[in-house]
Amino acid sequence: MNEQAPAIELKGISKAFGPVQANKDISIRVMPGTIHGIIGENGAGKSTLMSILYGFYKADKGEIFISGKKTEIPDSQAAIAAGIGMVFQHFKLVENFTVLENIILGAEDGGLLKPSLAKARKTLLELEHEYGLNVDPDAVIEDLGVGMQQRVEILKALYRQADILILDEPTGVLTPAEADKLFRILDRLREEGKTIILITHKLREIMEATDTVSVMRRGEMTATVKTSDTSPAELAELMVGRKVLLRVDKTPAAPGEVVLDIKGLRVVDEKGVERVKGIDLQVRAGEIVGIAGVAGNGQSELLEVLGGYADGTGSIQVSGQPLDLSGAKSDGRTRRARGIAHVPEDRQREGLIMDFSAWENTAFGYHRDPSYQSGMLLNNTAIRADTEAKMERFDVRPPNPALAAKNFSGGNQQKIVLAREIERNPDLLLVGQPTRGVDIGAIEFIHQQIVALRDKGKAILLVSVELEEILGLADRVAVMFDGHIMGERLPAETDEKELGLLMAGMET
Amino acid sequence: MDFLTLIQLLDSTVRLATPLLLACLAGLFSERAGIFDIGLEGKMLAAAFFSAAIAALTGSVWIGLMAGIAASMAFSLLHGLASITFRGNQLISGVAINFLAAGLTVLIAQDWFSQGGRTPSLMGGARFEPITLPFAEAFGSVPLIGPIYRELISGHSILVYIAFAMVPLTWWILFRTRFGLRLRAVGENPAAVDTAGVSVVGLRYAAVMICGLLCGIAGAYLSTALQAGFVKDMSAGRGFIALAALIFAKWRPWYALYATLLFGLFGALETRPDVIQAIFGIKVQGALLGALPYVMTVIILAGFVGKAIPPRAGGEPYVKER
Repeated sequence: MNEQAPAIELKGISKAFGPVQANKDISIRVMPGTIHGIIGENGAGKSTLMSILYGFYKADKGEIFISGKKTEIPDSQAAIAAGIGMVFQHFKLVENFTVLENIILGAEDGGLLKPSLAKARKTLLELEHEYGLNVDPDAVIEDLGVGMQQRVEILKALYRQADILILDEPTGVLTPAEADKLFRILDRLREEGKTIILITHKLREIMEATDTVSVMRRGEMTATVKTSDTSPAELAELMVGRKVLLRVDKTPAAPGEVVLDIKGLRVVDEKGVERVKGIDLQVRAGEIVGIAGVAGNGQSELLEVLGGYADGTGSIQVSGQPLDLSGAKSDGRTRRARGIAHVPEDRQREGLIMDFSAWENTAFGYHRDPSYQSGMLLNNTAIRADTEAKMERFDVRPPNPALAAKNFSGGNQQKIVLAREIERNPDLLLVGQPTRGVDIGAIEFIHQQIVALRDKGKAILLVSVELEEILGLADRVAVMFDGHIMGERLPAETDEKELGLLMAGMET
Repeated sequence: MDFLTLIQLLDSTVRLATPLLLACLAGLFSERAGIFDIGLEGKMLAAAFFSAAIAALTGSVWIGLMAGIAASMAFSLLHGLASITFRGNQLISGVAINFLAAGLTVLIAQDWFSQGGRTPSLMGGARFEPITLPFAEAFGSVPLIGPIYRELISGHSILVYIAFAMVPLTWWILFRTRFGLRLRAVGENPAAVDTAGVSVVGLRYAAVMICGLLCGIAGAYLSTALQAGFVKDMSAGRGFIALAALIFAKWRPWYALYATLLFGLFGALETRPDVIQAIFGIKVQGALLGALPYVMTVIILAGFVGKAIPPRAGGEPYVKER
């Protein structure tokens, strides 16, 4: 095979946080000039492994070899010196600095800035020619789009002469078109001899972009295979440890009466910026309408108004009756009384109180339920029993109502919220990012529950930034961009490319 | 109001603005690095006491100054330990330092000098004397420029000139040096600094210690230049006015100069009600002028005069994320 020394070789890396074994005896070889994917569910240990490689953590056991040489990486400085560059999921940029200032930060040439800035400007031009990574060096970061900001992160690594680039979930914030652009850049970098490690939980990206892929599960490296020799189904099985249905299994929808009827809805946020700019949308009984779009294009505000915790103007009717969009009768309690249930986008901030137990969280919003009362007090025993039953039906693990919400995994937290809302049998269910940070196994279950509610003849409004999820789950797709609905499509008659253009604000 | 009164008023503005300016720049270094510091007041007070006390004991104002700076920096170190190393609440640590300084200074003063919590009056070499700049007398007779040079620019203690020189120096350090770039970055996004392989803790300690140094000079100025000795609570809220000036200045060095000069002018007017009466024809309570800096800060914070955006990571301890 290859005679070259691997760009990175890890031997027997182990790392524990208290009783949790985040990495167990991990060995991996990444050959130079390749794109190596690392795939695994949340909590599988991918990020821990990369943090060890970037000097954030010290491994309990194991050795790191860079280009065949044993290397100690006690801190980020050492990682940078070893030629490792990292592009984090959440960018590490100073928002009100210019591109140039961000690039030299920590890699200045001397005590004074002027010569460093001049040199960086020259180097940036060279990098631009070499890799086609153009960006305005004097632009301020906060004025740039996420795709550009990510490019600055890559340039930062290249400026530090990184030969090995680690990208952690790089496409999470990108539109499909931006993601494609990123992959073209990565191809170019590979051609120039750079080694790239791509961490993701998206099977499609692994199949498209990588040469080799390693699969992690529960802190262990379960397999390393050539991408061309494997398939998404096989990878999913390796990740989860059992066969997984990647497609949502559902029958065609049978839409009935209009349940949700939005006309000319406008929402202005607390900064006075109009986030929803007059949208019309209908959701019928027995159908799932998916709202696609890059985060921050008004979907959150739409959900907030419907859920009753932001004010809007325009008209919304639910089952033929108008809904108050501001004032005392526009709160969540009134909404719930009208048969609207809401699974918020950010379950840890809006859906749960992390330090409270599962049963307390289950009572929230429904704490006036007669069956929960015992005279003037809450009937805790009844709430606990009810929670336990719900946890059973939604396969929450562990099924312990007394456990604090923060002690459940992301998927199980989401199931607690879903159980609370779906079990109330609402006429209209609002769901935001139902599977964000949720394992593949749990995703399958959550999708099934949403489809089951639809099949009971309920209306569902789904907001997700995951196009795959929207296409798989929704019966009708509306794309939001800059507060407008750019268009509606049927999943069977569209594809990611067309939706991606709409998401970027282009008419198709 | 005649020309000489104006000169006198401005002269006293400069004197009163000096400690505010030093403390404001001290706060600027600290807060630009993301460490809120409401302990400016306490540090100034501690420095005022120790510089006066040591100057009185040794007879040398320079040794006194060093002692004041050392005391202020010791408090800075305490603030650093609490808020950087142990990631405590920066406001609480600052409040504690203020109380500690208010109590300790009087207690030690009483123990050392038994004069009711004050130090003996400083004389001769134990005080910073006014410096007469070259040619002050010779130029003095030139109309307009002469009196300005002789009365307003010349005749201050060395600490006043240091304070004003600190403005361009601070600007230069912040915006023209590597240290300044990193300092500003750590106040905006410490994670960016950390992943770039630079120590967040080290930078923040450096900023906090510079803050201590400048507060030390400010305190020494109060007791060894502006006054001749330490009295109880002599900082008299200047640390808080300096914080107000810092917000007013939007965390920028040159604006800090203008803000503290403005607040110094209010202070000068407070002692000259006759001037206000001469200009506006009404009597204004001195206390009202004393409150003006705070009133103006509230107006600024309410967003009436542009927007004051504090450093984004200000007040938050840095915890490395997984």
